[in-house]
Amino acid sequence: MSVRTLPLLFLNLGGEMLYILDQRLRAQNIPGDKARRDEWTEVDRKRVLHDIVLTMFNKSFIEELLKPQELYSKKALRTIYDRLAHASIMRLNQASMDKLYDLMTMALKYQVLLCPRPKDVLLVTYNHLDAIKGLIHDNPPLLHLVDETFRQLIEVYGCLSAGEFQLIRQTLLTFFQDLHIRVSIFLKDKVQNSNGRFVLPVTGPVPWGTEVPGLIRMFNSKGEEVRRVKFPHGGNYVIAPKEGSFEVYGDRVLKLGTNMYSVNRPMETHTSGTSKNLASQTQQSIAPNPLAKEELNFLARLMGGMEITKPSGSEPGFRLNLFTTDEEEEQAALTRPEELSHEVVNIQATQDQQRNQELARIMGEFEVKDQPRWSASKGDDLLAMMDEL
Amino acid sequence: MFRRERSIPLRGSAAALGNNLCVLHLPVCNLTHFGVVHGPSAQLLSVAPEGVPLAQRQLHAKEGPGLSSPLITQVHWCALPFRVLLVLTSHRGIQMYESDGSVMVYWHALDSRDASPDSTQAVFARGIASCGHFICVGMWSGRVLVFDIPLKGPNIVLSEELAAHPASVTDIASEPAQEPDCMADVVTADDSGLLCVWWSGPEFKLLTRIPGFGVPCNSVQLWKGIVAAGYGNGQVRLYEASTGALHVQINAHARAVCALDLAPGVGKLLSAAEDTFVHIWKLSKSRWSTVMGSVCLTPSCVVPGSVTRPAAPLL
Repeated sequence: MSVRTLPLLFLNLGGEMLYILDQRLRAQNIPGDKARRDEWTEVDRKRVLHDIVLTMFNKSFIEELLKPQELYSKKALRTIYDRLAHASIMRLNQASMDKLYDLMTMALKYQVLLCPRPKDVLLVTYNHLDAIKGLIHDNPPLLHLVDETFRQLIEVYGCLSAGEFQLIRQTLLTFFQDLHIRVSIFLKDKVQNSNGRFVLPVTGPVPWGTEVPGLIRMFNSKGEEVRRVKFPHGGNYVIAPKEGSFEVYGDRVLKLGTNMYSVNRPMETHTSGTSKNLASQTQQSIAPNPLAKEELNFLARLMGGMEITKPSGSEPGFRLNLFTTDEEEEQAALTRPEELSHEVVNIQATQDQQRNQELARIMGEFEVKDQPRWSASKGDDLLAMMDEL
Repeated sequence: MFRRERSIPLRGSAAALGNNLCVLHLPVCNLTHFGVVHGPSAQLLSVAPEGVPLAQRQLHAKEGPGLSSPLITQVHWCALPFRVLLVLTSHRGIQMYESDGSVMVYWHALDSRDASPDSTQAVFARGIASCGHFICVGMWSGRVLVFDIPLKGPNIVLSEELAAHPASVTDIASEPAQEPDCMADVVTADDSGLLCVWWSGPEFKLLTRIPGFGVPCNSVQLWKGIVAAGYGNGQVRLYEASTGALHVQINAHARAVCALDLAPGVGKLLSAAEDTFVHIWKLSKSRWSTVMGSVCLTPSCVVPGSVTRPAAPLL
């Protein structure tokens, strides 16, 4: 639908990912002097977050992202976050990665659904970026990268009309359609029902630019108001106090998109008992996509800007568990339906010599970059993805 | 008054689009058809009296060049004097079917070359209405395509392109019953809130332009020379179609209005919005609107809204 949706989707989901990882890393934090070699310290936590932010806001990646383009499929987007989550020394197994992605998507779905007006999706994005800046405040070059992205977003989205924002919001909601994973925080706060649907409040401030419902005004043919009638609306609304700021710095007013994870809040998701939803999801994910090769081309171009650091031989990857215990994570991995496997993109495609050459050329371009760190590994990963071609 | 009828479950969820529920009532065979857009498919459901579901069918948007499966923007039954056609608009084009959706009789592909040179705009068709032997369909560019429909068969011809909107068309409505002193036949609305009122004929003629105020007009209806418009800021406004004069402004909803529908025989207007409320308004030409009733649905659902028969609005 709208060709301006991908940057907002990517940055907001990335922001949620950072909130969750930050919370989990803090929860598993061990004081530096007491930590064993494989335990997380404050230094490790900062390093992980900084590495991910550096990859996420890479200049050429953001440039590619901001080009007008259709939204990718759910599978393709999941691939990007798999790569992003592993852009540092941190390692997540599939069960934890699934849980992370579920939390990210449901949080963003909630935020987009509850946005008072479509343009407020931009305020949600800016809330995420403000919080990301807070996470990396002691790293001036990174701060500069994020600010640069801020300015580019303002340039692209500053002149869009209300109608275009409405289309962007509809596109986002279509992307999240039929996702009803229950999230503990939402269930506890009663913003989500036990059937996974979100509760839409009928109280609170109306959106900026909307008047409180309940008034009928009548005019004569000269345009003069001749009568006013009030009617009971049913909700309990008040006028909006002020508009959120759309500048690089400012009070956003809106709370959606701020960090809802404190140290003690649980982040369980409930996937059991939602077999019907799983069925509809799997139907979508395993159907062969005739445009898959086209999408891979776009994906390759986009990820060409993503610079991934591979840990050197002497440094172990640190494993992060999104569950409370290792046993829980193992259990989740065992009960995870096969169809939800996102590790290998199964593409049923006909042999196409020309297309293969084109893809090989793009892969070749990845290895011409100056940074020596990510040559073979990234190409290998992309090859693994295209095994089925 | 009105009464709530039995709820009818659909096979899949409704997409978060405006004007996303269409109803065709067939009194002769006592059947009602419902059409809802799910995403890349539209669901059609036939229902007997007392809400007993009889048959379901899914229609898909025709594939074309592009990265992903095309999404449908709207599905609408066009009841012409001599035949009923089911029209589906998507990001690829316009599909027209016989009324039960069994046979496609016409396909019009959108020309992506018409899009802006730097392709910063999405390409789609949206907004469907019939008037006489014409079917009007709106476009992302603001143009309105007018198709001439024959008595039967697939020989449908694009007869005219109307260019009056600077922004994407959101909705189109036609006058349900011709008034003797009323010239307005069709009203078109767009993302900027602009409304255009037309007289239909071999060549459509623009009668009135009603300017917007910076907010999209998501849904529009026409009744006895009155234009009813629902806006993105929750307002419903009633204008005189011939002059464009504003008669009534209602602060109706706390969120964007996503659909309006009309029971023309009794002058009742239904407005549905994202604040989960559905309001029913009584219109009369001499005295303006009073709320007859409002209903809050379970707060987690959003209803597009449609009026089937004057005595039984669908909730």
